[in-house]
Formats: sequence, C-alpha cells, structure tokens
Amino acid sequence: MRVNFTVNGRPQEADDVWEGESLLYVLRERLGLPGSKNACEQGECGSCTVRLDGVPVCSCLVAAGQVEGRDVVTVEGLADHARQRAVRDRCKTVSHGAPAASGPSLDEARVRQAEGSDSQAGEGGELAPIQQAFIDAGAVQCGFCTPGLLVAADEMLEHNPTPTDADIREALSGNLCRCTGYEKIMDAVRLAAARQGEAV
Amino acid sequence: MDFLRPASWEEALAAKAEHPTAVPIAGGTDVMVEINFDHRRPEYLLDLNRVGDLYEWEVGEEAVRLGASVPYSRIMENLRAELPGLALASHTVASPQIRNRGGVGGNLGTASPAGDAHPALLAAGAEVEAESVRGSRRIPIDAFYTGVKRNALAPDELIRAVHVKKADGPQQYSKVGTRNAMVIAVCAFGLALHPETRTVRTGIGSAAPTPVRARTAEEFLDAALEEDGFWDNGKVITPSVAKQFADLCAAACNPIDDVRGTASYRRHAVGVMARRTLSWTWESYRGARRASKGAA
Amino acid sequence: MPSPTRGFPRADGAPVGHPLGAPVKVTQDSRTRGGIGESTLRPDGTLKVTGEFAYASDLWHEDMLWGQILRSPVAHAEIVSLDTSEALATPGVHAVMTYDDLPTDVRTYGLEIQDTPVLAHGRVRHHGEPVAVVAADHPETARRAAAKIKVEYRELPVITDEASATAPDAILIHENRDDHHIGHVPHPNIVHRQPIVRGDADEAARRADVVVRGEYTFGMQDQAFLGPESGLAVPEEDGGVHLYIATQWLHADLRQIAPVLGLPESKVRMTLAGVGGAFGGREDLSMQIHACLLALRTGKPVKIVYNRFESFFGHVHRHPAKLYYEHGATRDGRLTHVKCRIVLDGGAYASTSAAVVGNASSLGIGPYAVDDVDIEAVALYTNNPPCGAMRGFGAVQACFAYEAQMDKVAKELGLDPVEFRQRNAMEQGALLPTGQRVDSPAPVAELLRRVKAMPLPPERQWESSEGADVRQLPGGLSNTTHGEGVVRGIGYAVGIKNVGFSEGFDDYSTAKVRMEVIAGEPVATVHTAMAEVGQGGVTVHAQIARTELGVAQVTIHPADTRVGSAGSTSASRQTYVTGGAVKNSCELVREKVLEIGRRRFGAHHPAWATAELLLEDGKVVTDGGEVLAGLVDVLGDEAVEVEAQWRHRPTEPFDLRTGQGDGHVQYSFAAHRAVVEVDTELGLVKVIELACAQDVGKALNPLSVIGQIQGGTTQGLGMAVMEEIIVDPKTAKVRNPSFTDYLIPTILDTPTIPVDVLELADDHAPYGLRGIGEAPTLSSTPAVLAAIRNATGLELDRTPVRPEHLTGT
Repeated sequence: MRVNFTVNGRPQEADDVWEGESLLYVLRERLGLPGSKNACEQGECGSCTVRLDGVPVCSCLVAAGQVEGRDVVTVEGLADHARQRAVRDRCKTVSHGAPAASGPSLDEARVRQAEGSDSQAGEGGELAPIQQAFIDAGAVQCGFCTPGLLVAADEMLEHNPTPTDADIREALSGNLCRCTGYEKIMDAVRLAAARQGEAV
Repeated sequence: MDFLRPASWEEALAAKAEHPTAVPIAGGTDVMVEINFDHRRPEYLLDLNRVGDLYEWEVGEEAVRLGASVPYSRIMENLRAELPGLALASHTVASPQIRNRGGVGGNLGTASPAGDAHPALLAAGAEVEAESVRGSRRIPIDAFYTGVKRNALAPDELIRAVHVKKADGPQQYSKVGTRNAMVIAVCAFGLALHPETRTVRTGIGSAAPTPVRARTAEEFLDAALEEDGFWDNGKVITPSVAKQFADLCAAACNPIDDVRGTASYRRHAVGVMARRTLSWTWESYRGARRASKGAA
Repeated sequence: MPSPTRGFPRADGAPVGHPLGAPVKVTQDSRTRGGIGESTLRPDGTLKVTGEFAYASDLWHEDMLWGQILRSPVAHAEIVSLDTSEALATPGVHAVMTYDDLPTDVRTYGLEIQDTPVLAHGRVRHHGEPVAVVAADHPETARRAAAKIKVEYRELPVITDEASATAPDAILIHENRDDHHIGHVPHPNIVHRQPIVRGDADEAARRADVVVRGEYTFGMQDQAFLGPESGLAVPEEDGGVHLYIATQWLHADLRQIAPVLGLPESKVRMTLAGVGGAFGGREDLSMQIHACLLALRTGKPVKIVYNRFESFFGHVHRHPAKLYYEHGATRDGRLTHVKCRIVLDGGAYASTSAAVVGNASSLGIGPYAVDDVDIEAVALYTNNPPCGAMRGFGAVQACFAYEAQMDKVAKELGLDPVEFRQRNAMEQGALLPTGQRVDSPAPVAELLRRVKAMPLPPERQWESSEGADVRQLPGGLSNTTHGEGVVRGIGYAVGIKNVGFSEGFDDYSTAKVRMEVIAGEPVATVHTAMAEVGQGGVTVHAQIARTELGVAQVTIHPADTRVGSAGSTSASRQTYVTGGAVKNSCELVREKVLEIGRRRFGAHHPAWATAELLLEDGKVVTDGGEVLAGLVDVLGDEAVEVEAQWRHRPTEPFDLRTGQGDGHVQYSFAAHRAVVEVDTELGLVKVIELACAQDVGKALNPLSVIGQIQGGTTQGLGMAVMEEIIVDPKTAKVRNPSFTDYLIPTILDTPTIPVDVLELADDHAPYGLRGIGEAPTLSSTPAVLAAIRNATGLELDRTPVRPEHLTGT
C-alpha cells in the first residue's frame, strides 16, 4: 500500500508498504530516517519515540497505514521543531503585549553554550537546547536510547518548563537507558530547563 | 494482509461485517506487538484511528460515555473527578508513550486478565457499548469477560464506547509490578465506595483467568458497614472488618504461577491492596463527610 | 573530507553510514586544551543527538538482502530431519543454508574453545540454537520462509544443574572433548575447575570464635544492551567480504570468522559499525558468520538485525551461580579463614567460562586479607542458555556471596558491618589467595570510610503537603502504598575486580598515530581497532594525543582491521591498554618529530641537543618553557606515522592444583552504600540512594568516569531487585525473552547516585590510571541486598530478590 504523511515538516510518500509494517520501519528503512531506534518493538523501551500530531508515541506500535495524512516529528527534525517553537513563543510574547524578553535570546544562549564546550555542536546546523544539554551533561554514552529520550524530554519541557525531579522521572519513565544510570540524563534535562528559563 | 481504513463508524461496522476476522487496531499497543513478533498475521487489519467519535467522551448525569479510543493520558487529565478509579488505573498503564495511544477499548477487546483498566471498570460499574451492522447493545461489565483473553463480543461487533458510572464516592486503584514504572501487573485491585447505594464494589486483575469481582468480600463489607451504621457515623473501620474483607478478596483470586509472580504471592498481594485501598477510600469518605458537615 | 553521511542510500550504492560518519575531528581552538584530566565532550556526541550516528542496524546498501535465523524451539534434541525445499522455493528468497552448506571443514567457533557450531549439526544443545539461515529481499519474506523450514526434533533429557551434569550416567554435552581443560576436570560436563589453596583453612578454623556458613544463588542476568545484534556483510570483487559490525573486538571476530568462510584473514575486512552498548554481550560472535555466509552465497550484501526476542537467544548471558561459603572469625573481628565453592552454569557452550572460573576463584574472598583459604570454582556444561562475558564476570557473583557473608559474621560478632570490613580490608602489599602481592594502592578501608561519611538522604522524602508522592515510594506510579509498611534500610558492600585479561593471556593493543600539517595546523590522527561501545574511548584517545603531542586537532579514525588488534572492549581494559598503546605511539611519534626538529633547527639553538623537549600548544618547548619552534615549521610537509603494539606487564596462569600464580595485572576497587525503602507487606523495593566511592587511579575524563560508575551501579541495582532470565528447570527453555518480562531499571527505579572519586595512582599503569568500568557493578548488588536485609530482617540468600522472597509467599 501507499502511505502519505508529513515528516519533520516535509510531505513524504512511501510505496509498496507491507500492511504489517510499523511507522518505525517506514521511517528507518523507506524514508532514510534511521534516527528513531529499534530496540524492542514492543513499546517497552521508548527508543523509537516520535511525535505523532504533537504527541509522543512509540513508532514501533503505530501501523504505517495509521499515519496517512498525519504529522510526524522525529529526532532528525527536533532542532527545527525547537527553533520554530522558540520563534512562535517570541511572537506570542509580543502579541500578548508583554515587553520583549530582556535577557539573552535563546539564540544567544545557544551560542554561549557552544563556546563553552569542546564539542562540535553548532558546526553546520544548530542543535535544539535539549540536544546540546545531553552532550554537555555527558548524558550520551552508547547513544542508542538518546533519540527517543530527546523527543520525550523536549516534549515535556514544552509543556512543563520548570519540572521537578519527580516530574522528569515520570515523563521519561517510558525510555530505557542501559549505559548511564540516568543521572546524567537528569542533569541534562535540568540543564536544558535552566537554559530555557534563562532564555525567556 | 489487508489494511482497511474506514473513515467513519458506519464504514467500520460494514467492514467488520464483511470481514469478521478483521483485527481492529486503534492504539496498536497490543496488536502491533503481536505483528512485530510474528505471533499474529491477521488477514485484515481494521484501522479505527480515523473514526473520530471514538476519541470523544461525554459526561452525563449518571455516567460518562467514554469513547473506546480515548487515550489513557486524556482520561488521567480530564476525568479524574468523574472516574477517579479509572484515572488512577490509567496512570499505571505502561509508559507515557503508551498512555498517549492506548485506550479502554483495546483493553476490553484484548480482555487480558492483566489489562489495567478492568479492575477499575468492575469496581465503578460499567457497560460496554458494542455495535454491529445488526444493531447496538450494552453489555454489563460483569458479563463481558468470558474467559482467558475472551470476551462477549460477537465476531462482527466492535466496541464503540464504555459507559462508566460517575463516582458517587471515593475510588482507589493499586497495581503490583516488580518495577516502579512500565510494568505489566503481577496483580491489581480496584475499589469503589458507592455511598448512594451504600455498597462497595471491587475489581481484581491478573489473579484469575479473567478480571473478577470479589463478590463475597463485597457482600461481607456491605453488611458489616450497614450493621454498625458506618455509612452514617463515619467511624474508622475496625481492623477485624478490614482484615476479613482483605482475606475474602484474596480468597476470590484463582491465580497461577508464572514468570511475573507466584499464585500465593498474588493472593497475598491482593489482600494487602484490598486492605489499603479500603483504608484510603474510607478515610477519604470520612473526610468528605466531615467537610460537608462542617460546611452545613 | 566528506561531510558526515546519513545512514541511508547513496547514489553510488556504496555502503553508507559510519559510526563516526567521516572521521570526526576534535578541535581545540587555542592552547593545548582538552588533554587528559579534563571532561572533554564526546566527539560523536553531535551525531548521536541528531540521529545521524550510524549504528550497525542503521546501515543500508543498495540491493541488500535481509538475513533471518531459524532457531531451535527446544533445548536438547537430535535433529532427525531438515527440509528447506519449501523455504527455498518462496519468491523473494535468495538462499537458505544449513550445516551441510558450510563451505569448509571448520564449522565451529568459540572465543577460547571452538565448541560452538555455526549451524546445528545433528543436535541442538540449547533453546534458541541457530539451525538454518535465510536471505530474502524483505524481512517479512525471510521470516515467512524460515517458518517453512521443516525440522524434526527428537527431544533428549535436559541437563540443567550440577547434579544432572555430573551424574555418572549423564549425557555428555560435548563428546570427544579435546580442549586443554579436559585433562584436569573431574567430569566432561565441567568446562574448567580452579582450586585455590593457601595456608590451611581447616587448621585456621580451630582458631575461629564464630563460623558462619551460607549457600547463595545468583540468577542469570542479561546485558540487555539497547542496540540489538546487527551487521551488514558486503561481498567484494576479490571473493572476500567486508563486514560492518557492532562488536567488542574486531580481531577476535576476524580470527573466528575467516576459517569458517574458507578465506584468509586478509580477505575478510571488518569495520566497526555503531555499537548500541555491549557490557560483554558482544564478545562472542552472534550473526557475524551467518551474514558473511549468506553474502558470499548470494553475491549480495546481507543485513541481519536481531529483534529483542532473538537478542535474548543471540548472545551469552551472565553465569548464574550457586555459591557455598564458610567464614570464620575471632571475637576481635579478624577473619581466620574462608572456604568456598562456586558453581557457575556455563550453559551449552564454553564461551568465556574458563576465565569466569579464574576470576571467581582468585577473587572469591573479596578485598580482604585472609591467610588461610580453600577455594574451588567450576563451570558446568548444561543445556541452559550459554553464558559468558558480562561486566565484572566471575567477580560479580562472588561479591554477592562474600559480602552477604561479611554482614553475617559482623552480626554474629555484634560488630558494625563497615568496621568489620575495615578491620579485614586488604592494603597495598597484601597477598591474594593466589599468593600474588598487591603492588598498587588498595584503599579498601578508605573507600568504605568515604561512602559511609556521605550524608544520608532525608527520611520520608515522599511526604508532601498534598499527601504521599507515590513516584517516590515503593511501587511508584502503581499506587501500592502511601507509606504503609514502608521501612528504610541501609547496606554496605565493597568489591575487587581484576583489570585486563589475566592468567598469562598476551593482552596487547595497537595504535597507529600520524602527525602532519593540514591547512596550516598540526593535526594528529589516531587509528586503533578499539570498539567504541559507548564507554568513551574515542574521547580519551583524543585527550591522550593532545597531551602527548601538544596539538589542538585530533582526528579519530574509524576502527577497522586495517590496523592491528586493540583487544577487547571488556575487562575494564581499554583505557589502560589501548589508551596505553595510543600514549606509547604518540611518544614514538614525538621522538620522530623531535628528530626532524633537531635535523632542521638543531643548529639554531643549543637546547635542541640538551634539554628535555616537550610538544605543547603546537610548539616544541624546553622543559623550562622556552619555545624552540612551531610544529608547523618542524613538520613542513612531512608526515610522521607510527603503528606500534603495547602490552601491560605479563601475567602467568594459576597453578591447576593450588591456584598459586601472579595471574592479574591490576585491581579496581569500589564501595557502595545503599539506602532502600521496602514495602515490607508487598515486598516491593525502592532504592532511595546508591552512593559509590571508587579509586580510579587517575580520571582521564572525570565526566566519563562518573558516567561509567553510575551506569555500572545501576546494572548492579537491576540484578538486585528485578533482572533475571528465567529458565524452566524441566525444559531448559527461556521463559521471559522480552523487555516485557525481563525488566531493567527505568528512571523511576534508579536513585540518585552520588560518586566520590579517589585518585591513587598505580605506578605501573599509564598515567597511574585504573580500569574502572566493572568495579561499580560488583558492590552495588550486595549493597542493595544488605539494605533490604537491614530493612526486613530477612536472610535473603538469592539475587535478584523478588516480592515472594520478601513476603514469604
């Protein structure tokens, strides 16, 4: 069968899709977007987390045919997504008649982060704040869980910009990590939240 | 395999009538696992994602009509007051990602004894709205579970909604798993106080071939509460009554040993959960009573 | 230099996607920043957070086929017949292969003993053993075809434990053994036996005021790395094959693969693909040979990716064990003797069982000084799933038992468990049971002191103004308690792990380092075959090169077999051994650079001839800091390149009767304090905090060191309270091969993990460093168990502990 949907803002068409294929398979094997990871195929690890019409879901449990006409954001589109959100948030602030943020802009904050680190972040495309925070905090080891965690964490910060530790743990409880013991992931989310707070 | 994509409820019913072996898929959280792991190769997959009214709910006088596909995360966020037991149960479902996709219709359709919603539905009191091209009917929740992973649906029927009685008193839900999140129930327990009818209802998950109520325990507690005027005097339930209730709930189990837990542990844990949820709901009932008295 | 490619089709059909994309440049903008001791960030970090890092399962090749393995549904059976005709006739299927299709007489492989069939021959010895392989144009086609292969099994009785394995009439798991252990084992179903005897334990026992015995059970743990086994084999024009693979040791794979394919090693090219975690589970081969066989048979690239179910059958697990201990002590809290017997279940094939026996026995009494010991460890052949390497092997199982014993003795003596341990703690200069002297710092007592001194987490953190926050209570979101039945407990444990390969193994690594001027800047390139599995070796190699060569820019070359072996990414050894090799090669490069400098500039400044010269900040400087020349000027258009092997000090095998011998290179010590809250009625556990103190010698990258310690600690936590592969004792079949029923800790199960890092240099090691990856996995499990015992008063002689054990149900 054929499936048409939007991925990271671009219309996509997948042909000859087997009816039992998952969204994850279509993303990885047909659309060249292997960032979403296949680690369990049963919704128990969160490595394949994407946003489907804005909502975080396990793409391994979405039948390809179910995404017809819908909108998907993957880790590959996370930086763009965050950028657009930042622009939208700025517009919102202005349209509400509030004074423009007096602190450094998100973009400025990001530049500062890049300067303060030894990583190659920022070379080429900019990263979303949560992506940069994962690098800076040492939250990445093997990195296989990272894309799913980033999508889930970014979505949480969108709704809850000042999460408590318990909030972070609850929001990320569907994402398994085997390398880090989660401590550096907690650090990364706290860091992203703090930077996000500074930037507003 | 064929993928059927009905655009409306009527089309879905027609498709199910034409292909009674078609497997409905909504959140996909059960069906896709079976497909991914080669446990199931249905001839037809019947996608219900495009049937919009399955995602809606309506709060009526007596009950909430809950669309079969309303995700657990929506139930947690929006129906905490009307359906506290189900909202608590929803919060124990798997992970945030799964709660964003899965709904009560899937739990009912699969009818696994481990489905998280069942004990809450049994305790609250509910009816399953099933429909086929032949017509619509309401199946009382007590008559819905007919065997291990079997339910009362006819081959051409689909679940459209669940009508759950609005809470008229405190409700609680507990589930034992060997992990603090993302875990399938070793066993689960739901309890609802119904002050209007002066009854209690229970639901037990994963401790019998089907989800069950602990009817003897309910009858015992109904009588004990009535006898000593507890509903009116709002006294603390005596430990011996609580213990007897817990023991009867444990006795209502007919569990098995499996990789998730032993039968005797399940029986034991159901008893503990029964005692604790009784204490929580009763304290809450007493608190509400005191508050309303104070207000009057 | 091409930009990093996405793991997806390229027009020329070449395989694309490499873990580091194009070689990743690590750039420092000025001065020699980013050397050892700094928390520089991962060079692959950006690729990993953007989804561009190409893991083995992300690889794609034009025209590629998908491989599928048919596995045995039973644990022990004769294969009566095998019919592949229907599968082969399936449209879209390109090849079906069985044992009979193997190209040469070499049809088995193995890390130490070549006892594992590439495909089953006449008999299967464990549940999930590979029987046939299929290549097809879509994974679903391959799956359907595999299901059409008809195999008739005649089931045999299963051997599942020591009694059934060593019964006089036991079926032999491997007939006609000719390996080097068969001469000293008491039964052919025992892979290896290692006794260790020092002093006279029986005599010493007479001095004991208390004697404590215990029998312990350690369950079967899985590595549960998140990136399942996968790889892509591409046939090459010269008749060879190029394998892109997620592994822990490229050259060990190569050594096992090439003979089965009938190819010289030069025709089997291997490149490391992105590895999604390993923890020992990728030390043995999984799909490597199968993919290569299918690629050579079909002439097409073949990709194999296990799903999670298959992954549970596709790699070895941690040895489950039965451990029998006797400890004696005098009333003043001194251990008199230890006797123990450790029975490890190696399952159907040997894998690393012999080395696991070596570790379990030689480290069997833990980091304690005891003169009179009597130890025996064996590994069995059974029909259970094969077991082999997992983080801390051998030492992990023993630590669980000896630490439980230490608590028992302390209790018997009425002593504080930490103080009792400190009284008996080994120090530098102590002798191990093997008679080997510990010749580097052994701060066992100090680590215990530090972990005990950390502030305790506040009580009842789950209480809030709005009632109990269930997320912070046992049971978590499942809402099982609002504080009822919850009791806090505290427990301690400490462990010792050997670093590197022991017992006389030639444990070397190789590094090729090149230095040249590119675009007006001095650049170092480091090329090793080290498998980066997430541990951060690539970060550290760049740091070493900066420190040794004084350059800002370092390029980490992708790991492959075009450079010599780096040894395994296991045994906490890579920073020590491959880090040592990189350091060594850098030093050789530096010498050559200085030679060039002397040749070119020696006449200009007398210091060239006399002073000890350093490379710093892109310059040649004297030890007094005087700048002699810039590296750009010294090198000109010359490139300096060195490929050299490097070895740590040699070790020797343990004597087969007495276990005496200098078998180990280095040790790694960690101590934990666990604080738990147990719902004593439901038997549910919430670990509140798991504090760790570890001596790391020298932290080359502190951020990575802490990440390793926290990760290892968490795997130990999982082993304490939830992780176990459950094997049916009647059928030897695995009952929970999925992430639904094999549970690993979520972020809600994992506590805060404060880490106190001690840096006492080991003068024998590069920079004084210690291998660090495994030690935290040892003591974490017994610390949690001790805390649960403390909370409940129960004995708890097995791990993982389940609610049934805590509730007596």
